[in-house]
Amino acid sequence: MRPDPRVVAEAIVDPELPMLTLADLGVLRDVRTEDGTVVVEITPTYSGCPALGVMRADLVHALHRAGWADVDVRTVLSPAWSSDWISAEGRRKLLLGGIAPPGAAPARPAGPVPLQLSPTRRGAACPQCGSGDTEELSEFGATACKALRRCRSCREPFEHFKEI
Amino acid sequence: MAGHEETVYDALDQAHGGEGQWAFGTGFDDPLAGVDTAVPDGVDASDLGAYCLMLGDDALVLSQRLTEWVTRAPELEEEVALANCALDLLGQARLLLARAGTCGVLGRSRSAATGSIPDEDALAYFRESEEFVNHHLVEVDGGDFAATMVRLLAASAYRLALFARLRDSRDPVLAAIAAKGVPELTYHRDYAARWVLRLGDGTTESHRRTVEAVDALWPLLADLPAATAVEARLAAAGIAVDPCVVDGEVRDVLSTVLEQATLEVPPWPTPRPSPGRAGSHTPGFDELLATLQGLAREHPAATW
Repeated sequence: MRPDPRVVAEAIVDPELPMLTLADLGVLRDVRTEDGTVVVEITPTYSGCPALGVMRADLVHALHRAGWADVDVRTVLSPAWSSDWISAEGRRKLLLGGIAPPGAAPARPAGPVPLQLSPTRRGAACPQCGSGDTEELSEFGATACKALRRCRSCREPFEHFKEI
Repeated sequence: MAGHEETVYDALDQAHGGEGQWAFGTGFDDPLAGVDTAVPDGVDASDLGAYCLMLGDDALVLSQRLTEWVTRAPELEEEVALANCALDLLGQARLLLARAGTCGVLGRSRSAATGSIPDEDALAYFRESEEFVNHHLVEVDGGDFAATMVRLLAASAYRLALFARLRDSRDPVLAAIAAKGVPELTYHRDYAARWVLRLGDGTTESHRRTVEAVDALWPLLADLPAATAVEARLAAAGIAVDPCVVDGEVRDVLSTVLEQATLEVPPWPTPRPSPGRAGSHTPGFDELLATLQGLAREHPAATW
């Protein structure tokens, strides 16, 4: 009896955020079998995210090992991924891993996007000490999805998963 | 051997040829794998492909210019920011060039590239200068940090205005690429705008450099509003956005930022047909292409 392909696929971890599974991150759109082929639908987080190719290879490999010889990993572009799709479990794991989880993503209404000239105001509690008194050091971090912050209470720097 | 494919590295290596040469970021496969790439009814595939090349080349070339700052930006945080914007644009370029490939628009690139090279790589690495259709705005030498930020502001304001409307394109692939790009282009534009504020309203020296950057870049804005015949046909078919539609919005954004940055807004240049869209480029473009394409051309089957 081969393992359920959904269970196998959901357990794959993100190569850049190994504390999160693809299910936690919300990039796994669907797992189903069609005439003996496992069809997995995944969605990229950012247009240029280099992790997508690794996720694809990991999925194929894990499903092969689980006895599913025919695997088709498909990209789904629409609707675009949002950090709101990170599960509650995923947020808990980020926090345990020292990364402040994202707040609610900004709305993306139709029509022109208004200019914002003041720095983006993101609130994020310190994952170390829990203090809400934190400041942004850099809007851009080691990966596209994270900003760098510092806690004013315990003075520790930490990463913050950005809302998108 | 025993335990083969037991480590994550082995697994990735196996999935990419099994020659022990896999590295993170090298596993490039079709970014549109599994996406329905049928061309919408009543649309000329070669028009759609040509349009995707325009949008794709703008992103690819600006990405290359931004990448030139890597290892030499004034601060580590700004280097990471510029690299991040470049990576987003590279991702948009890959999707758009792959889409052009599905429309059969490959020019001479396909005959120059070996068969194992994907369409988007063939288009990026094996076209000649006159086959690139990006605007001059994204290709001119980046200059200093002020010029980099003024150009990033203008180019992303224009691209964001187009993409916001392209979300309603009748081509579902283009609409999806645009919807994905909008949040990215929003933070590129706003990041560049905040730097133009700091530099324009900063020291005497930063103000002087920003004025020079604006003066040098302004004439290139003449290329943005005029639609090519392809854009006009596709806009009428509900696929593309006629760039003249976003001209007012782009001017508003640039005027707002420059005024707040205590910079004078120069007179808007008279629109002209974009030479870049017609394949005519500035002298420095050949050098940019040589850097972009050199490795792929010298070692078409390179692995590392």
